[in-house]
Amino acid sequence: MPEILTYGFMHRAFIAGVMVALICPTIGVFIVLRRLSMIGDTLSHVALAGVAAGILGGVYPVYSALVFSVLAALGVEKLRKSYKDYEELSIAIVLSTGIGLATILISMGSGNAMIFSYLFGSIALVSYQDVIVVVIMSVFILLSILLLYRGLFYITFDEETASLAGISVKGLNLYFSILIAVTIAVAMRIVGILLVSSLMVVPVAAALQMAKSFKGVWLYSLLFGLLSVLLGLIISFYGDLAPGGTIVLSAVGMLVISIMVKSSKKKLNTVEMTN
Amino acid sequence: MGKVVEAKKLSFKYDKLPILEDVNLSIYNGDFMGIVGPNGSAKSTLVKLLLGILKPQQGEVYLMGKSIDKFKEWHKIGYISQRVRNFNNSFPATVEEIIAANLYHEMGFLKFIRKKHMEKIEEVLRFVDMVDYKDRLIGTLSGGQQQRIFIARTLISNPEIIFMDEPLVGVDIDSQERFFSLMEKLNKNLGITLIMVSHDLGVIREHTNRVACIGEQRVFVHSSKDFNEEDYIKSVYGGKATLLHHRHL
Repeated sequence: MPEILTYGFMHRAFIAGVMVALICPTIGVFIVLRRLSMIGDTLSHVALAGVAAGILGGVYPVYSALVFSVLAALGVEKLRKSYKDYEELSIAIVLSTGIGLATILISMGSGNAMIFSYLFGSIALVSYQDVIVVVIMSVFILLSILLLYRGLFYITFDEETASLAGISVKGLNLYFSILIAVTIAVAMRIVGILLVSSLMVVPVAAALQMAKSFKGVWLYSLLFGLLSVLLGLIISFYGDLAPGGTIVLSAVGMLVISIMVKSSKKKLNTVEMTN
Repeated sequence: MGKVVEAKKLSFKYDKLPILEDVNLSIYNGDFMGIVGPNGSAKSTLVKLLLGILKPQQGEVYLMGKSIDKFKEWHKIGYISQRVRNFNNSFPATVEEIIAANLYHEMGFLKFIRKKHMEKIEEVLRFVDMVDYKDRLIGTLSGGQQQRIFIARTLISNPEIIFMDEPLVGVDIDSQERFFSLMEKLNKNLGITLIMVSHDLGVIREHTNRVACIGEQRVFVHSSKDFNEEDYIKSVYGGKATLLHHRHL
């Protein structure tokens, strides 16, 4: 058995990592195509405030982060309606609130080491309880998306006509915001609060280079997400590097390769056409 | 012929600015109605009110004899909005995926695409003469081709009425002719009631059977034969404007 599989904490990291690799790009496909790439960052900063509040209050931080980020997601939805023509403003407002709150809450407590493990992710500290929560929440998110896939696709492409096709646009938007918040709370244990949104966005950016359909973008994003998490965990174990950063840099590496593959394909096509 | 769309004493304001006042309008089964009016005269607003996308401050809308608040059979209504082709051209969706989305109400709880759905997609694509484009990305098609795809998307839910808001913007002249022969097929062969907003008076007079003119918050309906462009221009723009007949090359 390879050395990496002899450690219990690595088993837990792989299980939780695979789950995170499936849910982040799945949610990310819709986020990127709706041009909401920054929402992940915003909600994760509010989740940080949630973690700090949890540590202060003696509550399991994943739960408090979940509550904080769900409230923030609802806040973003509400503000999007108030600033219809400046939707990105709603994201900026909630981001500032989250950082402000997090700073105050962190300075009030003394659990800085624990905060750090959530900020940058920590596989060594992934507990049995973490794995159970990650698996249950991930199954919930994946089932939700499988059932809502068609409706979300319609809204992502053409929100105005979607309601006439019998889709409850308001309800679905709200539910999707909550799913983003849950994804962040689940994924932050592995990749860290600062890098969660990268895992939502970078595999999708790579998939957009390769895929020739919406379904293709989703499948490629899953593939890139899984490869980055597995590769990142292995490299971080043997190189003694921070796992969150290694995972995200693996995803960026795949993005660079997919851009190069696409542009070389284009060049080949032009050469064939000119011949 | 029965009324399929009816507006009674409809008034609508944006903030406090009156946009439409006391509008009465009836559209009958099998009509091809054109809605014309100058820029900003609330043509799109009227369509959105008739579809329930906007709510009037006063008055009522009836679709197929039912008050719009109680109307549930939305799959019988097609809508091709002005913004439909404003999507980002690199959106990674195939023609088939776009059309399949409109089968939402037929797909059942799990939203799987079954064989009968695939056959229906092929059928509507054949109808608009785009069957070879099924696997193409929507953004790689021309304006006229995209227009036909959106018509196919609307047709797949077997609509009885189709609303179109400026469907010919950005569509070249050859595609416009194809568009109108397709409209004739929909209207005459399939019996679909068509309502089309346009700023192009010539095409509206030539192809529709009735015209609703909007100006100064009011709506007047004529039969297309009685619709006089010169009178219309004078009444809407005052004596300062004249009509110049010309062809687009």
